[in-house]
Amino acid sequence: MALSKIQSNSYEDTAVHGQRNLIINGAMQVAQRGTSGTSGNGYNSVDRFRIASGSTDEWALTQTQETDAPTGFSKSTKYTCTTAETALASDEWAAIQYTFEGQDLQHLSYGSASAQSVTLSFWVKSSATGTFGVSIYQPNDGRIIGSTYTIASANTWEQKIITFAGDTTGIIDNVNTEGLRIYWFLAAGSSFTSTDNTSWKAYAGTDFAYGHAVNLIDSTSDNFYLTGVQLELGETATTFEHRSYADEFARCQRYFERIQTDGAGTPIGYCSVRTGSWYGGVPFLIEKRSAPSVTLNGSLFLAGIYGDISSQTPTGINEISKRGCRPYKTSGSYTAQGSFIAFQTPASHYIDADAEL
Amino acid sequence: MDNIAILSPKYLENNSGIKATIDGVEMSVPLDPSNRHYAEIMRQVDAGTLTIQEAD
Repeated sequence: MALSKIQSNSYEDTAVHGQRNLIINGAMQVAQRGTSGTSGNGYNSVDRFRIASGSTDEWALTQTQETDAPTGFSKSTKYTCTTAETALASDEWAAIQYTFEGQDLQHLSYGSASAQSVTLSFWVKSSATGTFGVSIYQPNDGRIIGSTYTIASANTWEQKIITFAGDTTGIIDNVNTEGLRIYWFLAAGSSFTSTDNTSWKAYAGTDFAYGHAVNLIDSTSDNFYLTGVQLELGETATTFEHRSYADEFARCQRYFERIQTDGAGTPIGYCSVRTGSWYGGVPFLIEKRSAPSVTLNGSLFLAGIYGDISSQTPTGINEISKRGCRPYKTSGSYTAQGSFIAFQTPASHYIDADAEL
Repeated sequence: MDNIAILSPKYLENNSGIKATIDGVEMSVPLDPSNRHYAEIMRQVDAGTLTIQEAD
């Protein structure tokens, strides 16, 4: 091929490349935990986006995956206040939070003169209008930057675009733990809103939600939708990088995996049954960020060479690694044999492996 | 920042993990400092507000 047929560097440098979006599940397509959850702080529904709050003593909520979404999107996550906080105390706050793994942010070059700006874009719809705070917190060095955005029309999808400067001081550790957090505030007491955080600074608490002026936890009419979340390098928001469901699903499973067999008695692992105990092995589909916390919801069914053992509740689950775990039981009387493990009631029983940040 | 509620932590067989009720859910937690639940358990232990029971 003649050299003249090869694309010039200038063309390559101005192209909009893939893998721009640092956010996983920004279109809220994946909800392994279910389409609705009410547990308060933590991951309730859509993967990777959690509810966070501090000091609230009455507030209750639901977080759901919704089909209400702006043009070009099919899903959103919705926060709904189900029990109001009757008075917002100075130390109370609530937010939707996303957390990045530190090793995925090294190209931001934080802590150097080459620190890169990033641009956050997202679609929101809120029951209340006003000025909302959004902050980026860097936990390794306790650093923060924030901004505000205005929702002008209630119950209307609006896109917001905010550029944040790079932090030339704080260094994001090159590790598999937290690197940055983004907070979309729903409410913030006066202890968190008074200090300007519009440039990177040492976190002080009073700068956590600077400028946030809306209370979305004071009425059961309050709700807030979010989707189309993209964080990308540079000072320009490009079009949302849509990924396939399969791609987003696999990315989410690095942080959380629900092992469930869709109603079929499919084996999920193997088991060595002894006369007074049994020890199983359950591999994960995707290697986890770290060894995960593991929860069995329901019970196990051991299909053995010499007979089935039903309704087994393990003594515990140990030997947990990034690749799998070992449910075991140290009581009972069994016929020694090899078996495979399935769920006792495949339609509703499952194992959660949680390596979220 | 928000807190994680941890109840009844107890070591599993051969101290190979910790069983605890975390934010209302019973979990088996590995002894991995990168695991956020283990990190929070140890933070509360170090603060003197939580004790892990020995294994059976």
